Amino acid sequence: MQTVEGQWQKDVFNVLKQGGIQQVAFVPDAGHAYAISAARSDPDIADIVLTTEEEGVGVVAGAWLGGQRAALLMQSSGVGNCVNLFSLLSSCSFPFLTLVTMRGEYAEFNPWQSPMGRRTPAVLELMGMNVHRVDRPDDVAEVLGAALDSTFLAGERNAVLLGQRLVGRKQWERK
Amino acid sequence: MTTADQTRIDRREFVAALVAAVPEDTLFVSGLGSPSYDLYAAGDRDRNFYLWGAMGGAVPVGLGLALAQPGVPVVVLTGDGEQLMGVGALASVGAAQPRNLSIVVLDNGHFGETGMQPSHASLGTDLAAVAQGFGITDSARIERQDEVVECARRVARRAGPTFTQALISTDEPPRVLPPRDGGFVKNRMRAALGFDSF
Repeated sequence: MQTVEGQWQKDVFNVLKQGGIQQVAFVPDAGHAYAISAARSDPDIADIVLTTEEEGVGVVAGAWLGGQRAALLMQSSGVGNCVNLFSLLSSCSFPFLTLVTMRGEYAEFNPWQSPMGRRTPAVLELMGMNVHRVDRPDDVAEVLGAALDSTFLAGERNAVLLGQRLVGRKQWERK
Repeated sequence: MTTADQTRIDRREFVAALVAAVPEDTLFVSGLGSPSYDLYAAGDRDRNFYLWGAMGGAVPVGLGLALAQPGVPVVVLTGDGEQLMGVGALASVGAAQPRNLSIVVLDNGHFGETGMQPSHASLGTDLAAVAQGFGITDSARIERQDEVVECARRVARRAGPTFTQALISTDEPPRVLPPRDGGFVKNRMRAALGFDSF
């Protein structure tokens, strides 16, 4: 199980890297930990830690203005923080790619995650995003690759939701 | 107009002088409201990106742009209200330390776009100190028009992120409106840098 989990996380980073992503903006998250760490150690990728996810919408747009491809990594709770900044993407038709680890669904322990988690796909769709969902490790590379192509070849706005069952149960007790 | 207003910098004169004094290839990102009008009034350029919304987004856009174009100076020109809404972005700039990003806040201490209510900048917040505390060590507050020369020098130097809080008067010059077609402005800046629309 550990090996399989490690593989899809590597797949995420490999698809971003092979897709020419040169900036990765993020709010730290356990599900994105591998991609963040790999971006940090790659000299050709700028890693940008944010204080709130909405900054990432601006960073990704700015990167594109300057000729680079970028991606925003966040959690479902962060999608709610972005809503007004998403207007920048549609007003200017910016290509946009975000990877969202889901909370508030499968085996969720914390009910405070549910209000935003349950509405994350609808919020993204309301703001003009194509929403893709992945729940099986084997699908990660294919779906993310498709979203990446749609973003940078067709200039679309895409969100890839990494389901909570894929990301795994959060350990609540420190041992 | 109070005595303090009369001694403060004129926003249009300051922005026009800044645009004229920075290197010709400098990329500008302006925050919504008066800074976008000021930048446009100084002369429309392919290398200007005007925000008409997305309040709080000017510095993040400038950060992504500066990282993508490290050889070119990038200036974010915004107001105290817009900067306060996205104030955490200054921490992200402090963490990333882009050498070519300069942030210039035209600070009249008020939310000018919505009826001149006093902003935090005149109610206790010292924006230059905030930027300094967020790790933008080259942070300055300027109070005179002639200090624009040193501001432009810091932009051209590309020696690390800079932050300038320019104390401007509360005067509201006549509005001159830059293009509102975001797709056009985006593609125009990309074309100026040698890139296709997508």
